Amino acid sequence: MKIHKIEEDVYILAIESSCDETAASVVKNGREVLSNVISSQIDLHTLYGGVVPEIASRKHIEKINQVIQAALDEAHMTLDEITAIAVTYGPGLVGALLVGVAEAKAIAYATKKPLVGVHHIEGHVSANFIEHPDLEPPFVCLIVSGGHTHLVIVKDYGEFEIIGRTMDDAAGEAFDKVARAVGLGYPGGPKVDKAAKEGNPHAMEFPRAKVGGSAYDFSFSGMKSAVLNYINQAEMKGETINVPDLAASFQNAVVDVLVSRAVAAVKEYGYGKLAIAGGVASNSALRAGMKEACEKEGIQFYYPSPIFCTDNAAMIGAAAYYEYINGERAGWDLNAVPNLKLGER
Amino acid sequence: MRILGIESSSLVASVAIVEDGVTMAEYSANFKKTHSQTLLPMIDSMVSLLGIELSTIDAIAISGGPGSFTGLRIGSATAKGLGLALNKPLIHVPTLDGTAYNLFGASGLICPIMDARRNQVYTGIYRFEKDFEVVMEQDAMDMGELIEKLNEMGERVIFLSDGVPVHEKLIAERMTVPYDLAPAHVNRQRAAAVAALGAVYFAEGKIQDAADHGPDYLRKSQAEREREEKEAKLAEKGGE
Repeated sequence: MKIHKIEEDVYILAIESSCDETAASVVKNGREVLSNVISSQIDLHTLYGGVVPEIASRKHIEKINQVIQAALDEAHMTLDEITAIAVTYGPGLVGALLVGVAEAKAIAYATKKPLVGVHHIEGHVSANFIEHPDLEPPFVCLIVSGGHTHLVIVKDYGEFEIIGRTMDDAAGEAFDKVARAVGLGYPGGPKVDKAAKEGNPHAMEFPRAKVGGSAYDFSFSGMKSAVLNYINQAEMKGETINVPDLAASFQNAVVDVLVSRAVAAVKEYGYGKLAIAGGVASNSALRAGMKEACEKEGIQFYYPSPIFCTDNAAMIGAAAYYEYINGERAGWDLNAVPNLKLGER
Repeated sequence: MRILGIESSSLVASVAIVEDGVTMAEYSANFKKTHSQTLLPMIDSMVSLLGIELSTIDAIAISGGPGSFTGLRIGSATAKGLGLALNKPLIHVPTLDGTAYNLFGASGLICPIMDARRNQVYTGIYRFEKDFEVVMEQDAMDMGELIEKLNEMGERVIFLSDGVPVHEKLIAERMTVPYDLAPAHVNRQRAAAVAALGAVYFAEGKIQDAADHGPDYLRKSQAEREREEKEAKLAEKGGE
């Protein structure tokens, strides 16, 4: 990608509604976050043990204008001063995505501003640019969330090569299922992380499954099944489960797999830089494990603050900046693409 | 007074600009392409055809439901985005009221029926006497129950909207009062009717801030319904 020199400052109003957070943000020149407003619906979905798409979509339409207005107000800007409008158009829940897409298109159209469609995962990767002004492609990035587990080479801004992906559950999904099984509740990631702090990560051994295909592919369903089997057997024998030990041991197994694959990829591709992104990138054990392994291998390790790991619009604004200066524009017929592949448009 | 009408509650995507009692432009398509791909390009082509600035509209009339949940939200988010950007108010027009308004001045009862699946229709009953009169407010109900009600009322009925082809046979079998099926040019949702009725509401001061607008689904999500049923059952057991 050739980056054109831009003389004037670029202010992007970004909108994100792909899952259960309604979010808007104003980002200056791709790296400076002027506002980052997130309206989370997590309490609503907790009642159902997971995100209910129709409820998420209804909540988005209820909150979206207030969230956008708050993002402009916090940035002390009016719509007139915004350079372009950006929106996540996939992947995600189609009904949820459509709210943001229709809203963003209408705002861009009414204000005659350019519209940029952003890939949600590209947004997560770009969250790393916000707090690390020195970080530039190429680098390796591990994206781990409730819906995604990808190991990618960020070749250039907006240019990705996926070298590994999950063959079954996403890492965050495995956390949710294990948390539910031991009664920790939803969302599983933070609950397991917290419980694990009191536990012994080596109390139980869970399998680190190797899968066919790429050496960088992941599988979490075997690990999850092993945990569920352990719970069943303990229950049949009438034994009580040590939840902190189980949480710590399961988490240790997941982290082990993620760290070893990611570090191996950096060594093979030789960029010397590793970034993590996505909701699970907030996990304290994953951060600690990555830090330790990277230090040992002389790899520079980058990770976003938790607020930029969760779904947010600032990361969409960061990704959109590079799309914008590269001349990417979306039309008024932009549609939501629930299964949008990374690197496609 | 210039009003933009938006209607996306069913398969029909429709937009219109109504100004001082005249439809300046209307664009409707009853086509499978998603409203997300059609609605804004349709507004764009209408606005360029008229050579006006969209910022010159006074309000946005939106067909506010019931209907397809996703369809309603695409229209709603479009209206909310335009309202936010242009700082214009929204006018919430109940979808079945707007559809009935297609048949302004008709004698007898006007009964739009939208297919709501699960053997139900979204419907309302309307009449023009001196004014446009809502006889029965829009709701979800069983088609057989609706027919019984209309038979009891004993007046001539005009049916319209997308529930007609679905329930035509039942209507023919059970209706004991005379009825008609509205013809092609007025038997589906139209944005000009939404905008025209919207103009009446606007004059009455029935407007809302774009931020406050949301569709009126008339139905809870499946997950909520199932949860409530489960809780009701538990409460029943607990009471024994």
